[in-house]
Amino acid sequence: MGVREHILELQDVCITLNRQAIVEINRTIKAGEVLTVMGPSGSGKTSLLAYIAGFLGSAFQASGRIVIDGKDVSELPAEQRKAGLLFQDPMLFPHLSVGENLRFGIPQGDTNKQELVMCSLQEIGLAGYADRDPGTLSGGQAARVALMRLLLSRPRVVLLDEPFSKLDATLRSEIRLQVFERLRKAGLPTILVTHDAADAVAANGQVFQI
Amino acid sequence: MAAEVYNKLTMLRWASPVMLLLLAIPVGIGLLMVLLPAFGFMPAIGGYEFTLAHWRDLFGVPGIVRSILLSLLAGIVTPAIALAVVFLFMASASATGLDRWVRRFVSPLLAIPHAAAAFGLVFMIAPAGLLARLISPDLTGWDRPADLLIVNDSYGLAMIAGLVIKEIPFLLLVAITVLPQLNPAQRVSMARSLGYGPSVAWLKMVAPGLYPLMRLPLVAVIAFASANVDVALILGPTLPPTLSVRLLGWFGDPDLSMRFMAAAAALLQLGVSLLAVVSWLLGEKMVSKFYRLWVRSGNRLGGDSAIFFLGRTLLPAALVVIGGSMLALFLSSFSLSWRFPHALPASWTVQHWVDAIPGMGTPVFNTLIIAAVSTTIALVLVVGSLEFEQRSDRKQSSAMWLLYLPLLMPQVVFLFGMVVFAEFFYWQPNLWLVIFGHLLFVVPYVFLVLSEAYRRLDPHWSQLAAALGASPSKTFWRIRIPLLLAPALSAMAMGIAISASIFLPTQLLGAGRIATVTTEAIALASGGSRSTIATWALLQSLLPMLGFLVALFVPKILWRNRIGMQEG
Amino acid sequence: MFRKTLKVFVSAVLCLFASSGLAVEEDSAEWLSIVKEAQHQTVYFNAWGGEIRTNRYLEWLAGEVESRFGIHLQHVKLADTAQAVSRILAEKQAGNLNNGSVDMLWANGENFAALKQNNLLYGPWAESLPNFLLLDADQYPEMREDFTVPVEGYASPWLRAQLVFYYDSEYTQQPPGSMRKLLAWVKANPGEFIYPKPPDFLGTTFLKQAVLELSDDRALLYQPVSASHFEQATATLWEFLDELHPWLLRRGRYFPVSGAQLRRLVLDREIALAFSFNPHEVALGIASGELPTSSRSYVLDGGTISNVSFVSIAFNSPNKAAATVVANFLLSPVAQLRAQDSAYLGSMTVLSLNKLNKADRQKFLALELGSAAPRVEQLNRKLQEPHPSWMAAIEQAWLQRYITN
Repeated sequence: MGVREHILELQDVCITLNRQAIVEINRTIKAGEVLTVMGPSGSGKTSLLAYIAGFLGSAFQASGRIVIDGKDVSELPAEQRKAGLLFQDPMLFPHLSVGENLRFGIPQGDTNKQELVMCSLQEIGLAGYADRDPGTLSGGQAARVALMRLLLSRPRVVLLDEPFSKLDATLRSEIRLQVFERLRKAGLPTILVTHDAADAVAANGQVFQI
Repeated sequence: MAAEVYNKLTMLRWASPVMLLLLAIPVGIGLLMVLLPAFGFMPAIGGYEFTLAHWRDLFGVPGIVRSILLSLLAGIVTPAIALAVVFLFMASASATGLDRWVRRFVSPLLAIPHAAAAFGLVFMIAPAGLLARLISPDLTGWDRPADLLIVNDSYGLAMIAGLVIKEIPFLLLVAITVLPQLNPAQRVSMARSLGYGPSVAWLKMVAPGLYPLMRLPLVAVIAFASANVDVALILGPTLPPTLSVRLLGWFGDPDLSMRFMAAAAALLQLGVSLLAVVSWLLGEKMVSKFYRLWVRSGNRLGGDSAIFFLGRTLLPAALVVIGGSMLALFLSSFSLSWRFPHALPASWTVQHWVDAIPGMGTPVFNTLIIAAVSTTIALVLVVGSLEFEQRSDRKQSSAMWLLYLPLLMPQVVFLFGMVVFAEFFYWQPNLWLVIFGHLLFVVPYVFLVLSEAYRRLDPHWSQLAAALGASPSKTFWRIRIPLLLAPALSAMAMGIAISASIFLPTQLLGAGRIATVTTEAIALASGGSRSTIATWALLQSLLPMLGFLVALFVPKILWRNRIGMQEG
Repeated sequence: MFRKTLKVFVSAVLCLFASSGLAVEEDSAEWLSIVKEAQHQTVYFNAWGGEIRTNRYLEWLAGEVESRFGIHLQHVKLADTAQAVSRILAEKQAGNLNNGSVDMLWANGENFAALKQNNLLYGPWAESLPNFLLLDADQYPEMREDFTVPVEGYASPWLRAQLVFYYDSEYTQQPPGSMRKLLAWVKANPGEFIYPKPPDFLGTTFLKQAVLELSDDRALLYQPVSASHFEQATATLWEFLDELHPWLLRRGRYFPVSGAQLRRLVLDREIALAFSFNPHEVALGIASGELPTSSRSYVLDGGTISNVSFVSIAFNSPNKAAATVVANFLLSPVAQLRAQDSAYLGSMTVLSLNKLNKADRQKFLALELGSAAPRVEQLNRKLQEPHPSWMAAIEQAWLQRYITN
C-alpha cells in the first residue's frame, strides 16, 4: 500500500473569523514530508486542519485552494478528499470491535478486507486482537490501531491534531517515531499541529508558525 | 456525486419545517376555532355577532378568581419543588450506588399515567387510605376513618403533591440526559480540592450550568401543571376546582350556549399558563441573582450536611410514594371485599382481571399500533431535523419553540377545532387521524429527550468517519445511530409512553371508535369500582413500562462487551 | 291513518321474527324494507362506557343484532355523553350533513334537550317502531317525555331509572324516610352523608328530589322556570342545604363528583347513607364487592324521582335504518328481560307487562330481586322529573351560593 506518491499544495489559503484573518498560508508539502504548524492555542491551527479536511464551521470564511495531486479539492465534501485524521485521542469507535474499526476505513471495492485486517494487526503486534473491545486496549495499542485504521483508508494526505499530547513521555517518543516512519514510507504529505517543540524536531520538516 | 449529496441534504432540510408545520398548523387552526366563539361567533349554535358578553359571563362565574389562582399556583409551585428535589438529590448522590440504583428505576416510573398515579396516591393518603389502615384501629382507635380533608383540599396541596411526584422522574431523566456534557465529576473534584463540601460543590459548580439546559423541559412542566385535568380531577379542590377542570366541564355542558363561555375560558387558560411561564422566568432572574451571591460568597461547607440529608431522602421518598401507590392499585385489583380498617383485602379475587381480559385485545392492539407508528414518525422527523442541523452546521432555529405549542395549549381547546377542521374535508374519523393527533404530543417529547444528546455527541466521531472515506449516510447509520442508540431508545420509550397515555386526541379525533387501553380506562373510571379502575390503571402502565425496559436493557445487552458504551 | 300503519308494522315484524321472541304478529312492507336496508350497515352506538355491566350488555346486543339482522353494532364507550354531543356539533359546524360518525346515542335530560333544541337529531321515528306498542305510552306518559320535554318521536325509551337510597345496616337500622328526617339523621350522625356536587347528574337529582319535597308549590316545578317562581320555589331548599352542609362529610368543604365515589365512600366506612339512580345498584354492588354485604336500599316515604332513558339517532347518521332496527330490538321482550335480570344488566324494563303475552310476562315476574333491593310496592312511589330548565337554574344558584372566591 501507499506506493503512489502524493503531494499537497495550499495555495493562498486564508481563513477569517469575524472579518479578521487568523491563518494565511501558501505551502507545498511533498510526499513523505511533514509540515509542522505551531502556535498558541486559539490561533487557528485546528481551523486550518478543519478547512483542509472539509469541516470548517460556518462561522469561518476561507479563500484559496487546496490542491491534492494536482486536483483542486476545495469544494469536495469531506469524505471524498481522502484526508486522514488523527486526534489527541485514538478515538476508536467504541461500539465496534478492533477488527471492525480497521475495516471501517477500507475502501468499498476491496475484496480482501479480512486479510488486510489480519495482516495489519500482525504488523502492529496485535495479532488475534480482531474481536477485542477497543475499550480494553492500552494507550499505546489504541494509538497504533488508530494509525493503522488511517493507513488502511488509503488517504492522500494526513492531518495530525496534537496526536501525541496525551501519551506519557516514554510512549510518546516511541509512537511518534512509528507514526512518522510509516507516513514517510507510505509517501504521504502530512500536516502536524502541535504545541510541543519536540514533535517538530522529530518531524524533521518545514515549520510554520502562526 | 455532489448533486446526490445535495439532494440528500434537501430531503433532510424538509424535516424540521414539516415537523413544525405539522404541529403549528393544527394548533393554529384549533386556536382560531376557539378565538371566534370566545367573541361570540359560532353559527352552528346561533352565534353570529361579535360580543364581549361571554367574557363578562366568565368573570362573573362564582369562584373564578380562586380557580385561576389555583391553576397558577400549581403551575409555579410544582416545577419549583420538583426541580429542588432533583437538584438536591443530584448534589448529594451523584456517582454513588444510590444514584445508579435510582437511575435504573426512574424511567420505568415515567410509564405510569398521571391519572393512575393520582388514583394510587389517593388510595395511599386518604383518611381511609392504606397508610391510615396500617395503623388503624390499633394505634389510632379509628374504626371509621377520620373526617379529614386530606385529598381535594381547598389549596390544592394534594394536587400539587401528586403533580410533583410525577414530574420528579421526568426532570431527573432530563437532567441525567444532559448532565455528561458538563463534566460534572471534573467540576466537583476541582471545587473539592478548593475545600468545598461535595454537595455544595455540585450546587455551586454544576447546577448553574445544568439549569439552562433544563429550561425547556421546565416550561413543559409549568404548562402541564397549570393546565392538567386528570390529576386535578382526582386530587384537586372541588369548591371550586382549577380553571382547567371547570373549562372542561363547560365544554361538556349539555347546554350548548355554554360553549361560548368555555371558549373564552380556554383562552383564559392559555393566558394563565403563559403567565405562569412568564412569572417563572422572572422569578428565575431574581433567584439567580441571590444564587450568584451564594456561589460567590465562598462559603464552602455551610449547609452541606443538610443538603446531603434532604437530597438523599426527598427524592427516594417520592419514588417510594409512587411505588406505594402502585402497590395499592395492585392489591386493589385483586380484592373482592376490602373495607376500612383492613390493611389487606378480606377476600381476594381474580375476577377483575378475568373481566378485563376478554375485552383487551382490540384496545391493546390499537394502543400498540398508534404508539408504534406515531413514535416512529416522530423519531424520523426529529432525527431528520437534528441530522440536518448537524450536517449543515446550522444553529437551532428559534422557530423550534413552536414545537412546544401543543404542550402549552389546553388540549380540549385546539382538539375541538381540529375536529371541525377534519370535518370540513370530510375526513372520516380513522386511525390515521388519531395517529396524527398523537404526533402533536409525541414529537415535542421525543425532541425534548433526544435533542441534547444528539447535539452534544462529539463532532470528531463524524469527522473521523468522513476522513476515513465514509459517506454521510454511512456515518449516520454505522456511527451516529449506534452511538446514540441509548438516548434514541429512551426517546422512543418516552414517545410510546406519551402516546399510550393520552386520551382526548384519541377520543375526539377517532370519534370514540378507536378504543385504546386509555380510552377504556377513562370510560370505566367514570363509573367503575376501585378494583376495576385499579386493574385498568395497571394495564395502562404496563405497555409503556415495556418500552422503558427495552430502552434500559437493549443497550446493556447489545454493548455488554463494549466498555466505552457503558457510561451513564 | 297512523294507527293503521302501526298495526301493519306490528303484524309484519311478528310474522318475520315470531321465533325470536318479538311480540308482534304480522309484517309491513315499510318495516321490512327498513330491516332490509339495515342489513350490512354498521351502527356506532355512543353510550356511556363507565360500567362493565352495561358494556357487557351492549356486547351481547351486538351479537344479537348481528345474527338476527346482519347489523354490525359498535359500542363507542363514552366517559361523558357530552363527548358525542360535541362531535355531532362539530360535524354540523363543518357542514357534514350526511355522513356523521355518531349513529345512535344514549342521551337524556339536558343532553337530549340540547340536541333536540339545536336540531341535531333525526326524527320523528320512535313511535313508528313495531315494539313501541309494548310500552303502553298512553298509560305511561313518561314514555313520551324526557324530563318533561316532549320527545315527539325523536328518541326511543330504553330503560327506567329511579332514585333509591341505601345505607349500611351495620351502622344504622333506621335510615331517614324523607328530606326533613334526613336533616335530623345527619345531625345525629355527623359526617355520615354527602351528595355529589352539581352538575353531576346524581347530585343534581338529589337537589331536585329535595326541592320537590320541600317546596310549597310543587306545580311550579313542572313549568319552565322564571325568576319570581324560582325564588318562591327554592327558598326552602336553600334553608335546608344551609342547615345540612355543616353536618356533611368534611363539613361540606368537599363534594364527590360521581355516584361511583359515593359507593367507594360507603365501602370505606366514610359515610353510612347514600343514594343511586338504579334500584338494583345495591344488589349488584354487593355481588361485585363494590358495596358491603350489609347494604340495604329503600325508597323515600313520599316517593322518589323516576325517569326513562332514551336512545336517539343523530341527524347526519348514514345508518339510520340500522339504528332504527336496533332501537326496536332494544324494546323487544328478549332484550328487556336481559336488561332487567340482575345477572346481566340489572336495570328496570320500560315495557308494560300488560302488553306482553303470557309467557313473556311470566318470565319477567320470575326474575329475582334479592333482599338488598327495595320492594316493588316501594318502587311504585314515583315522582316525575321537574322541567329541565330548573336543573340549570338550581345548579347555577348552588354554585353561586357555595363557591366563593
